[in-house]
Amino acid sequence: MSLTYHLQVVNLLAALLLLISFAMLSQRRIVGLVTLFAWQGAALSLSTTIVAWSTGQHHLYYSAALTLILKVLVMPWFFYRLVRKLDVNRDVEPMINIPTTMLIGIALVIFSFNLAMPISQMAGTVMRSTLGIAMASVLLAFLMMITRSKAIPQVIGFMAMENGLFFAATSATYGMPLVVEMGVALDVMIGLFVLGIMSFQIRESFDSMDLRHMEKLKER
Amino acid sequence: MTTTGIFLQVLQTLLAILLAPLLMGWVNQCRAWLQGRSAPPITQPYRTLRKLFHKDAVIAHNASPLFRFAPYIIFACMTLAAGLVPTIANDLPFSPAADVIALVGIFALARIFQALAAMDIGTAFGTLGARREMLVSFLAEPALLMVFFTASLISHSTELPVIVETLAHKDFVIYPSLAFASVAFWMVSTAENARVPIDNPTTHLELTMIHEAMILEYSARHLALIEWAVALKLFTYSTLGIAMFLPWGIAARGDLAALPLAVLVLLAKMTVGGAALAFLETVAAKLRLFRVPEFLGSAFLLAVLGMLIHFLLEA
Repeated sequence: MSLTYHLQVVNLLAALLLLISFAMLSQRRIVGLVTLFAWQGAALSLSTTIVAWSTGQHHLYYSAALTLILKVLVMPWFFYRLVRKLDVNRDVEPMINIPTTMLIGIALVIFSFNLAMPISQMAGTVMRSTLGIAMASVLLAFLMMITRSKAIPQVIGFMAMENGLFFAATSATYGMPLVVEMGVALDVMIGLFVLGIMSFQIRESFDSMDLRHMEKLKER
Repeated sequence: MTTTGIFLQVLQTLLAILLAPLLMGWVNQCRAWLQGRSAPPITQPYRTLRKLFHKDAVIAHNASPLFRFAPYIIFACMTLAAGLVPTIANDLPFSPAADVIALVGIFALARIFQALAAMDIGTAFGTLGARREMLVSFLAEPALLMVFFTASLISHSTELPVIVETLAHKDFVIYPSLAFASVAFWMVSTAENARVPIDNPTTHLELTMIHEAMILEYSARHLALIEWAVALKLFTYSTLGIAMFLPWGIAARGDLAALPLAVLVLLAKMTVGGAALAFLETVAAKLRLFRVPEFLGSAFLLAVLGMLIHFLLEA
């Protein structure tokens, strides 16, 4: 293997990203989920910084800083506050039990690794082999959104999916243009606040954070 | 097979046997500190062993010879395992005798005799402990094999000396797959050594104990041998983890000058590793028995994930 050391570190961080995605799938408590989400953001930000430094792509520094501020500091802080205010740090009961979810997760990882193999051979970036990991973490976050019934884990799953997309963009094409990234960050931010307000609304109307209550629209 | 090789082999095995209770004492001491208790001296396991060897053995009337032989077999298995894992020097004369898969078999042999001896007396606790142990180990063993396979894929060999050689004495390369394998290995070794998330080594509460339930009927020299074997198993697992994930410092083949340094490095790693084990045991809570399959299933999945990562990033 002839990769330089900083690229090896990027690969290691990519593997960590996947590990954290799996940890999120198996995590039962919301506070643990938020902490893992913050760590995922930190790994993402660090790997983006290393890529920026090793390839000289200066706009990636801004993306890394944006990730650090938004996903490691602001959002986890917001989620911690939300969890404390709503007092919902009880065990989240997933719809499918956790070992089965993990098995499905492994299948998703194999699927996305296979899918990414031909695509990554065409990409010209130095970290193209991590594209499979990025796709896997997107799918795992998606899986987490599907298997959780409470509002906050679903929001965290959505944010983790954004992490995966961001990583995919970095590994395939050295990131999206800064304008797009700023726009996405703003969207995510607004989405977060809307969902924060929504979750108070949900609890007031249904007396629970379980989104399954929202599936029945008719009053009985 | 040279004289130096045999000398090193004997030295390494003796070192493992003699240092194992010290590691146990260190872990217990760290744990006591972290839990705010006043710690027993670090030599406490040696004193316990001495006390036990001086006592007279009490054996149940209906015990078969198996019950008497089992401690010796268990101790012999652990000694053999300790001799096989590169601890201070690599590529010793014993090493070609067994690779990692055979090593798993040696651990399994010891476990089977432990379980049979526990069932031999016919008390409820022994049978309960043996059944639980079998449940835990049948889940832990495939995960352990998967961890070994991940390490073997990197070095293209299941021989431990080759694995150590690839990592320690060739160009330094970061292997992301080993990060997964090491987490999985930690999870498996807690199960195999009856440590906290799976079993509490200090408990005598009948609802939760696994390992302690199996050795309740033993006393005196038999108990001493089993306790020593337990310490030796923890030591061997630690050296196994070191050999697979942090092998730097183990002397290369025939490199006698590196030996004193290798011993010092081993002691340093053990000190740090023991403290880390005590820390992890303090922050973790013991899992309910029915959560154990989930815990070990995760370990298995992590090891599989490590293999997948190896094919994606390192092949």
